[in-house]
Amino acid sequence: MLRYSALICASIILASGVVSAQSDVTVDTSQLKGPRPLEEETKAAAIRDYLESWQAMDEAFQRDQPGRLDEDFIGTAKEKLAEAVDEQTKAGIHTLYQDRAHHIQFLFYSPEGLSIELIDDADYDVQVFDHDKAISKVPVSARYIVVLTPAEVRWKVRVMQASSQ
Amino acid sequence: MKKTLTLLFGGLFLALTLGAHAQDDALTVPSSIVAGSAFSVQSAGSGEGTLYIVGPDQVLKRTVQLGTPTYFTAGSVYNAGHYIVILAQASGTTTRTLDVTPVSAPSSLSFLAKPSRLPVGLHDGITGAVYVFDVYHNLIFAPASVSFELSTPSGAVQKQLAATRAGAAWTEMDSTSQQGNSKFVARDGDVSSTAVIRQVPGDPCDLKMSATPAGQLLDLHTDPVRDCSGNAVPDGTIVTFTENFPGGQSTVDVPLKRDIAEVKMPAHDGATISVASGVVLGNQIRWGK
Repeated sequence: MLRYSALICASIILASGVVSAQSDVTVDTSQLKGPRPLEEETKAAAIRDYLESWQAMDEAFQRDQPGRLDEDFIGTAKEKLAEAVDEQTKAGIHTLYQDRAHHIQFLFYSPEGLSIELIDDADYDVQVFDHDKAISKVPVSARYIVVLTPAEVRWKVRVMQASSQ
Repeated sequence: MKKTLTLLFGGLFLALTLGAHAQDDALTVPSSIVAGSAFSVQSAGSGEGTLYIVGPDQVLKRTVQLGTPTYFTAGSVYNAGHYIVILAQASGTTTRTLDVTPVSAPSSLSFLAKPSRLPVGLHDGITGAVYVFDVYHNLIFAPASVSFELSTPSGAVQKQLAATRAGAAWTEMDSTSQQGNSKFVARDGDVSSTAVIRQVPGDPCDLKMSATPAGQLLDLHTDPVRDCSGNAVPDGTIVTFTENFPGGQSTVDVPLKRDIAEVKMPAHDGATISVASGVVLGNQIRWGK
């Protein structure tokens, strides 16, 4: 019951200082597995840092600056995103990722505390430009599987992978 | 009038249907492919267009000949994810989506095992979590069975099976009763990852000392100090001898050397001598009258 009651809405998260002020956010911990309890502070920090990672991703793709990923991504996720930014730069494309909503379900907090896995049913718009000419703006709904790992002062995204819903 | 309306709506329906088909045919994209596999995209019309495959994990741009298939060789799109496929041509753009799924066969495991060092005989003292990846480092979502094996230097093995959920599985295991380096292995099919867990003796168990007179002194020495599983407690572990005698108390900390702690203390008549190591108390000896 407690876990179900953890369904919180955007206003609470926004009050806790989440930056992604324009997107709606819901959080559900009822599907959380693992022997380690997810404390409220840990949960809030993971959500805050994950939502910030979307902003970093948008900035990296919008400005063709893979360095924008450094603070929020690590490992495979960072390498893949940075590679994609390089690819779009070479192709003369840039893209905008504007997130509209995140429905986050916590799935797993590993027993040693070194990873958190969550599902995010995200709604966002992708706008593609070819040499500053707008090509298309597409609304997208996709389910992302995300693995966060703790770094020095924040949670970083190690895996961020969309799956067919 | 009725016939006119029927014809009008019929024509409108036909036009909409044909229009929808024309839209559908403008760009044909497989709804889903396996990461790294070859596929093709079919466009309609004539002339040139530009095809974009855009996702946060990969970006591709191709000039295509409309009306002919565009082939993507194996390995072209290898990062699992959700992609937008856009065909831009003079008459406008057409958009589709493409889902790229992970290869089903595992290629690597990310294995988080903790701690690297712990005492023997600790219930649920060892934890392991594993994430399963394919050859392109895509997380494999499909459920799979992962085995966790903890083997001691003597060859005894604890084994547990766990099913992955969204690519992750975990376990908890007891540390064994034998000190030494244990191999902690996570395995999915032919793919495995190994961590080494050092199991050290636990707290001393049944700490026992004896005393023999040596002139004005007492020679105090312990029996070989073992943990409750019979493993020798490491040399250097501090053993504390405390002597309470009429008018005073003296305490000596002695490190274990070759499993034994030994010290000489004054032989006060009526003294009570006790021994301890950490929170473990040993026996007491009363000396003299």
